Amino acid sequence: MKITLKVWRQGGKYKGEFVEYKLDNVKEEMSFLEMMDVLNESLVQKKEQPVAFEHDCREGICGTCSMVIDGQPHGPQKATTTCQLHMRSFKDGDTIYVEPFRAKAFPVIRDLVVDRSAFDRIIQSGGYISVNTGQAQDANAIPVEKDVASMAFDAAACIGCGACVAACPNASAMLFVSAKVSHLAMLPQGKVEAKKRAQAMVKTMDMEGFGRCSNVTACEAECPKEISVNNIARLNREYLGSVFASEKIV
Amino acid sequence: MNWFINFLGSSIGQKVIMSLTGLFLITFLAVHLTGNLQLLVNDQGEQFNIYAKFMTTNPLIKATSYLLYASILLHAVQGIVLWRKNRSARGGQGYARKVTKAVGTNSFAASNMAWLGIIIFVFLGLHLYQFWLQMKLGKVPMAEYNGEQVKNLYVLVAEAYSNPIYVAVYVFSMIVIGYHLLHGFQSAFQTLGLTHKKYTPLIKGIGWMYSIIVPLLFAIIPILMYFNIYPLSSFLH
Amino acid sequence: MKKLDAKIPEGALSSKWQQYKSSVSLVAPNNKRRLEVIVVGTGLAGASCASTLSELGYNVKVFTFHDSPRRAHSIAAQGGINAAKNYQNDGDSVYRLFYDTIKGGDYRSREANVHRLAEVSTSIIDQCVAQGVPFAREYGGLLENRSFGGVQVSRTFYARGQTGQQLLIGAYQSLSRQISTGGVKMYNRHEMLDLVIVDGKARGIIARNLLTGELERHAAHCVVLATGGYGNVFYLSTNAMNSNTSAAWRAHRRGAAFANPCFTQIHPTCIPVSGTYQSKLTLMSESLRNDGRVWVPKSQEDAKAIREGKKSPLDLSEEQRDYYLERIYPSFGNLVPRDVASRAAKYVCDEGRGLGETGLSVYLDFSDAINRLGKNVISARYGNLFEIYQKITGEDPYKVPMRIYPAVHYTMGGLWVDYNLETTVPGCFALGEANFSDHGANRLGASALMQGLADGYFVIPYTIGNFLAKEIRTPKIDTSLPEFEAAEKEVRDRINHLLSANGNQSVESFHRRLGLIMWDYCGMSRNADGLQKAIRMIRELREEFYRDAFVPGTNEEYNPELEKALRVADFMELGELMCIDALNREESCGGHFREEHQTEEGEALRNDEDYAYVAAWEFGGNPSEPILHKEELVFENVKLITRSYK
Repeated sequence: MKITLKVWRQGGKYKGEFVEYKLDNVKEEMSFLEMMDVLNESLVQKKEQPVAFEHDCREGICGTCSMVIDGQPHGPQKATTTCQLHMRSFKDGDTIYVEPFRAKAFPVIRDLVVDRSAFDRIIQSGGYISVNTGQAQDANAIPVEKDVASMAFDAAACIGCGACVAACPNASAMLFVSAKVSHLAMLPQGKVEAKKRAQAMVKTMDMEGFGRCSNVTACEAECPKEISVNNIARLNREYLGSVFASEKIV
Repeated sequence: MNWFINFLGSSIGQKVIMSLTGLFLITFLAVHLTGNLQLLVNDQGEQFNIYAKFMTTNPLIKATSYLLYASILLHAVQGIVLWRKNRSARGGQGYARKVTKAVGTNSFAASNMAWLGIIIFVFLGLHLYQFWLQMKLGKVPMAEYNGEQVKNLYVLVAEAYSNPIYVAVYVFSMIVIGYHLLHGFQSAFQTLGLTHKKYTPLIKGIGWMYSIIVPLLFAIIPILMYFNIYPLSSFLH
Repeated sequence: MKKLDAKIPEGALSSKWQQYKSSVSLVAPNNKRRLEVIVVGTGLAGASCASTLSELGYNVKVFTFHDSPRRAHSIAAQGGINAAKNYQNDGDSVYRLFYDTIKGGDYRSREANVHRLAEVSTSIIDQCVAQGVPFAREYGGLLENRSFGGVQVSRTFYARGQTGQQLLIGAYQSLSRQISTGGVKMYNRHEMLDLVIVDGKARGIIARNLLTGELERHAAHCVVLATGGYGNVFYLSTNAMNSNTSAAWRAHRRGAAFANPCFTQIHPTCIPVSGTYQSKLTLMSESLRNDGRVWVPKSQEDAKAIREGKKSPLDLSEEQRDYYLERIYPSFGNLVPRDVASRAAKYVCDEGRGLGETGLSVYLDFSDAINRLGKNVISARYGNLFEIYQKITGEDPYKVPMRIYPAVHYTMGGLWVDYNLETTVPGCFALGEANFSDHGANRLGASALMQGLADGYFVIPYTIGNFLAKEIRTPKIDTSLPEFEAAEKEVRDRINHLLSANGNQSVESFHRRLGLIMWDYCGMSRNADGLQKAIRMIRELREEFYRDAFVPGTNEEYNPELEKALRVADFMELGELMCIDALNREESCGGHFREEHQTEEGEALRNDEDYAYVAAWEFGGNPSEPILHKEELVFENVKLITRSYK
């Protein structure tokens, strides 16, 4: 396959622009990132600075890869991270735009690499259950309904990649935040702190400069783990409940 | 009260304002529509004018109307604030190509609510200038029913709808409102957290129907009046 | 180096840990506040250790090269986590878990450590459930178990096929909580490049800020390494792209002995390599072998015809197929342990009967199971795995047989540690896959997660006190000490050396070549000639690397190529040590198969007489001259027997 890439380059000698690269020998079986590897190898051969992009597990679970491919975070294939996207999803002769996740809360570090530490700070503000090591009771002491555990898992499947923010016209982080709030609020172990958690996490999310959710649902459409926007409704519910029903002021 | 102000300033609080005012405006549309449909009564506007008089003089409805004005303003102002906030959150550099997909909602409507809203707001200005302001300034001829003097608002409307340009503007605006509702209706419930596996499909179904039927009925009135078709008969006599 | 002392507590096996806990030195809360601990790595072991130490009151500094602690490669573990809960009432116990682990490891691990692991395994599940880990449950709401890899009880807890992810997120959330309380200071995007030793004790690290390139000195009263395994020495493995050995290797160069480096686990069911550009191998869960049948064509001609696309596997009749695992191992069939299945696949491919473009894959066929159980049942069991397979290969495993091939998956070897998890450098501890302690020569399925969390949550919080109790009078360590200065200078020189070579070949290409050498000569089966050849080749490659590698850019910027170069340089030294260790171990055990040492039927031949020891290698001044120390393994509780799966 022949592929033309228009890759966003920023940092070093590049001010922030698309640079065109032509690749002549792309194989259908290559993953998208392996195609980027081939590009970088050729750049290194020419003693140029390779394109910086983040990646790690290449199994679709670590959440490190962060590219927008032809306007879609993680590219055109549904429920697939960039590392699991293969070149057979493209046609010979295609021109592909490769850009970083863009959002004010995700500043570009270099080329396709962005800083997603805002997500960590959101979790730090309350995305946990406060239990010290050794305090736990027996694991089977509290039964959890199978379906509830399964729903909690669906929310907990979030890989923290940030595609939801990149896809959202408002750069909102509601899907990410709601997935964590839902995961923990649905389980009896997490219910104790649910109210405080919802308020604290929303507060941090707002401070980090993410946009406001307007229920566009592009987040769910692009989420590689297909996290549902129902979680956002649950977060809204938890939040409203905690603001109006709880006597605690956060 | 600090907690309440904090809530109103929070991202979810701001959205709740949009949701509640939006839902109120949605119900208002239905009320407004029942009034407007009376324009299609073949009684030279008698029923419509009497209805209009009732709506402008009943104190309870008057009070509600102030709530309505406030809602419209709040919905618009909050909408603009959110829009600006969201544009800045997106950052200066846009995507070279952008595909916005959506799940269970209309992606065009969902991602263009602000633009749709602005068009509706402009239309609303025109609409208020043309009917509401004229009525308030008393530049409306009077009609007499059962010995009672009533403002003949019907004449004003019929005059406007004899102008094909205005009919076109009106119909276009209704399409815009339809799109705005298409997303807004169900979005309001989502924002309030009112979702449920069993009932959400119902809400969405009603939302779809509402956002097609209500603007359609609104739009059909000027078209029929333009062609002098009055299919309904009065229930006054 | 002093003689190795494993510091195994006295007493009966089952009471050692209890007694140790009751008698170990404690540190008072007011002193804990004054003591600092550096933790490197945020996988299961690192994150659980850091959060627990912070809960106890220590000041903890945590380092990861990732952009977030949640990205550590523990996240990719699929299958599950073992614990001797005996919730199924099927006769499980701490002793059985201990015994299975020792036996599975082919009797090359330390009894006391393994027993402790089995003891604390039950607390791990309690802890994780309390943290909100959504384990699979039964309709009654209680936890579900499944059986795994050849053991006779169901003791594996799991969360769909993403157990590692869920456990890591639990640990990450605990860590996040401690970051928010200020007990943990988190350093993301920082890579440890050297260990600093002051007066014989580990007192800090040199870390490179990966965004700015700045070399930073960080001091503490002790250093904990939880930096994972070294499977990426093979270039192609199921490890994440950035997993590396540098932290452990640098500690080794500073005096920490490296134990059993040749013990690597090759997983039999991975998606095969499809081209030279391939960067990474993907694991398909072992559970597939429950219903899939492994085969290759009986004749080389058929295999060749299929490779060239002239025939389809569906054209071959039953008589033309060789279900070789069922043929050679009739009693275990397709369910033989990982090492056995992997080697058998290699043999049939070496005979020219392999499939795929490269000839390096065998079929895993589900057609029998689909005919017997129906497509729906198979889809319910393996649907997600089939999807992943199709995504990667573009082939539909419901229609044509799946192709699999073994791949490097886990490294049992690692830094030598005593019962306290302390390396031979006082004050330097190693946890999880980074140490060698629990899995011997072969790891059982669902035991890696157990070990990582056991070490971090329940072992190190006690054993580190043993060291720190003696440090309460040690003031804050000063980073301007000459030892820090010297270490920083050495790191700087190393970086400059790499940047100044300005050669013509990419770092990646060297890594690929190293991987090929390791796979060919120190992979699934090894022999003395091959290993000697590999050692020569690695030395040459290393020399060529420093002469002809090209690292673009500078140190003072975000430079992934430089990061890679530093890691590959360390892999090239470790690779040689692995070969030296494999050459030294004149026996076959677990994942280590020496062709010279096999039975007449081609099975592994262990030599308990001469090799029931841990080979702990001390750095001898240059990578080619390591010094061997032996820790004799004493088995007081289990009898050494030969594994047989026929």
